[in-house]
Amino acid sequence: MADNELVPTVIADNAHIIYKVHSSASPGSGSPLASFKRLVTNTKAANVKEVHAVKGVSFTAYKGEAIGLIGSNGSGKSTLLRAVAGLLPVSKGAIYAAGQPSLLGVNAALMNELPGERNVELGCLAMGMSPAEVKAKKDEIIEFSGINERGDFSSYPMRTYSSGMAARLKFSIAAAKKHDVLLIDEALATGDAKFRRRSEQRVRELRAEAGTVFLVSHSEQSIRDTCDRCIWLESGLIRADGPTDEVMREYEAYMRK
Amino acid sequence: MPETAVAETGTELSPKELARRHGLTASGRLPSLPEYTRQLLSYRHFIQSHASAKMSSSLGSTKLGTVWQVLTPIINAAVYYLIFGVIIGTSKGIDNFPAYLCIGVFVFQFTQSIVQTGINAITGNLGLIRALHFPRASLPLSAALVEIRNFMVALLVLMGIVLITGEPITVEWLLLLPLLALQSLFNTGLAMFMARYGSKNRDIKQLIPFIMRFWMYGSAVLYPVTLFTEKLDGWQLALVEANPMLIFIELFRHALLENVTLAGTPTMLWIQALAWSAVVGIGGYVYFWRGEKGYGRG
Repeated sequence: MADNELVPTVIADNAHIIYKVHSSASPGSGSPLASFKRLVTNTKAANVKEVHAVKGVSFTAYKGEAIGLIGSNGSGKSTLLRAVAGLLPVSKGAIYAAGQPSLLGVNAALMNELPGERNVELGCLAMGMSPAEVKAKKDEIIEFSGINERGDFSSYPMRTYSSGMAARLKFSIAAAKKHDVLLIDEALATGDAKFRRRSEQRVRELRAEAGTVFLVSHSEQSIRDTCDRCIWLESGLIRADGPTDEVMREYEAYMRK
Repeated sequence: MPETAVAETGTELSPKELARRHGLTASGRLPSLPEYTRQLLSYRHFIQSHASAKMSSSLGSTKLGTVWQVLTPIINAAVYYLIFGVIIGTSKGIDNFPAYLCIGVFVFQFTQSIVQTGINAITGNLGLIRALHFPRASLPLSAALVEIRNFMVALLVLMGIVLITGEPITVEWLLLLPLLALQSLFNTGLAMFMARYGSKNRDIKQLIPFIMRFWMYGSAVLYPVTLFTEKLDGWQLALVEANPMLIFIELFRHALLENVTLAGTPTMLWIQALAWSAVVGIGGYVYFWRGEKGYGRG
């Protein structure tokens, strides 16, 4: 067969995503009596709103691709990634994926009270590594994250880390394993220039290991450097899907308006 | 490198057929129960290290550290003894009231802490859940493991208290082992149930303190169990005596104390305890598994 080389890893088929938002509670709604009443009468709290974030998105991602997701704030990029990872249900249509996609986001905290190295161990075990593998990879991961460049930070609790350091460590943990599909939500943007180069290199390696990488970023540079294909989302719809250069040109023209 | 990937999207196959042909699954497919159990077993190292991480992070910032594991149950028992044993004096008719009371307090505390940590097992670990993929049952299991370890320490303290108050060591103390296993099974199922229930209904957390207090008064922790037989009859008594916590506490008293009036015959209590543990243990696990794909969503 001619298309033997093209193995799809993620297929979105007219996917719609609607999610509920709990806006800040009105006074009194958090009291035991009010919550008891809601439980008994089985009513939803009045402050729940529905957001139709993704309105019918279809695309097919293949092995070895790095796909950048671009679009203005609130266009549904992060929502789409979370749906691909299986963290948000699709209300209509479907999203199919190979294996279990892993989502890596800046706000995905590990255990803040524990030192970085314990987090590395826990994270690796949680990804299904054996204790022996964890032992072998631990130093490499800490080394890659570069958190020890200024003193022995790996033995400090993670709550003492700067946001950039925490993001670097989280990326390093997630990137230590081979993923069929890796979803990165702005995680690279928080690192400094040196770490960004290193992580972009790692993203390329992951693609070479026949994985698919999705990257959400507002940094045009890191999209251009890592992705060969771009999907441009605007108000929950795909406006363009194609080679990075073409899509970026259109996108930039649109943003300048 | 598939550079022309984009052009290929317009093949004749519908997305659904294409997905099936390449073995792609809709994200969020639920694994079968045996498959899930196998996955969970392969994550046992994660469960263990998550449990000890939780333990060291909760006690790590205190000066006394692990001493609190022993100190907390002792203080707890002392408070209740002062109020119910000395001031109110409910000890009428019980030979060794301090030991009787302590057993109730310790055993109930075991289940109470499981309920409190179980309900946070999912909501308190959303970061971990959203970032990494592992069988979610690892989290309530690790919470249960922490409490089981805590209770084993508390049980040693309890045996000390029982000995000091003048009870002899008998063969019946050996019953503590199967009893510990049964209550642990019951509690683990309860933790799983609370974890899923609490992840969907955040409001329940506000009600837990009241529910637990009500449950405690219905479990004859602070007063003799004979009080129920004197004051209640018919379906009310049947309801109170079917209470799993009452059954566990009674069995612990039966194992540790010499002269104690139980709510029923030991054989009957054992059968009830076995039934409760099986139903809640397995039921809680199945209930949690059914919700596997929904955790971390929203």
